[in-house]
Amino acid sequence: MAKSKLSIVTNGLIKENPVLRLVLGTCPTLAVSTAVSNALGMGAAATFVLICSNIVISALRKVIPDKVHLPCYITIIAGFVTLVQMIVQAYAPALNSALGVYLPLIVVNCIILGRAEMFACKNTVVDSALDGLGMGIGFTLSLTAMATLREIIGNGSWLGITIIPESVDRLTIMTSAPGGFFCFGFLMAMVVLYETKTNNKIERKIGCAVKEGEDE
Amino acid sequence: MANLLYIFFTMVLVQNYVLVKFLGICPFLGVSKKLDSAVGMSLAVIFVMVLATAVTWPLYALVLEPNGLGYLQTIVFIIVIAVLVQFIEIVLHKYMVGLYNSLGVYLPLITTNCCVLGVTILNFTNGYNYVESLFCAAGSGAGFMLAMVLFSGVRKRVDAGNPPECFKGLPITLVAAAITSLSFMGFGGIMSSIFGIAA
Repeated sequence: MAKSKLSIVTNGLIKENPVLRLVLGTCPTLAVSTAVSNALGMGAAATFVLICSNIVISALRKVIPDKVHLPCYITIIAGFVTLVQMIVQAYAPALNSALGVYLPLIVVNCIILGRAEMFACKNTVVDSALDGLGMGIGFTLSLTAMATLREIIGNGSWLGITIIPESVDRLTIMTSAPGGFFCFGFLMAMVVLYETKTNNKIERKIGCAVKEGEDE
Repeated sequence: MANLLYIFFTMVLVQNYVLVKFLGICPFLGVSKKLDSAVGMSLAVIFVMVLATAVTWPLYALVLEPNGLGYLQTIVFIIVIAVLVQFIEIVLHKYMVGLYNSLGVYLPLITTNCCVLGVTILNFTNGYNYVESLFCAAGSGAGFMLAMVLFSGVRKRVDAGNPPECFKGLPITLVAAAITSLSFMGFGGIMSSIFGIAA
């Protein structure tokens, strides 16, 4: 039994990594991965919201009528995001200004709504909390991996510590918008390469855009 | 007037929501495969963005802020947007069937689209007044459309190409998006020189 609980957490890390395997939450991944400190802050904030909203939604899963489940989920998530906003504004004003609009935009991060739809509305409170934890850590890990690449190449530092000497020119394009897309594409290609080698390749779909089953 | 045009074109080209600010990436990657669905989705986004701004701006400036309820911004805005999208869907379905048939399928996707919530919040971060906010919303929507339409063309070429095995599908699309985004960086600074306003 203990093993299966652990597997719920580890599921989010690699097998169902929200960013690189499920392709959810692409906007914050691209936007805040310019520096490792931002990535960690964003990851922590999203993890907190994920765990809390998963717990509440799972606890209320028998109460919420099916017809209005989406508005209910969004309201619950928005409540926790407001909580996080207040905490960050009070205790980490530097992080607040670095994340800017992306902090309130956690509300529309598809990882959170996606997990509510896919997991929390069908499972027990404890399992949902663990799933939220695993997904949150998976999100933070992929964000940090991207931020590491972008910060080292674009700014010559990691978590604010200078690694590449000042005399070497920085490839500042990596910390701006095109670098984000490029880095994400490259990282995903590496993951696909690894999957092909280990024979567990999956079909990738853009998680949030095709949820309603249109287009493709 | 110059100020309003400046805001509009800045949002379309320099501060493009998709390619520079990373808002609304999911529909950008998911719906840009065909030109007509790209246009349909973008029109729906413009429509909802302007309407959402028209409703949320007075709500925040006249109701929430004077009563010290500014911290409720996120929760109120997302509920307003969700209700608005639902309402538009019902109205279109009832009175404008033609428009509903072309935009209807995209409307449910828009509630959880970060560019709509993004523009309503950014209007206050940038300190725009009511008219400026509306122009900002229209410009952001138009920028979204520009990116979608341009990218659906790029994508046709990319899909016909033959990249390395591990880059097939999404990874090569992202690299193509990087190059499209790179071209938009060229617009930086052009607006302030055209309109003579310091950025």
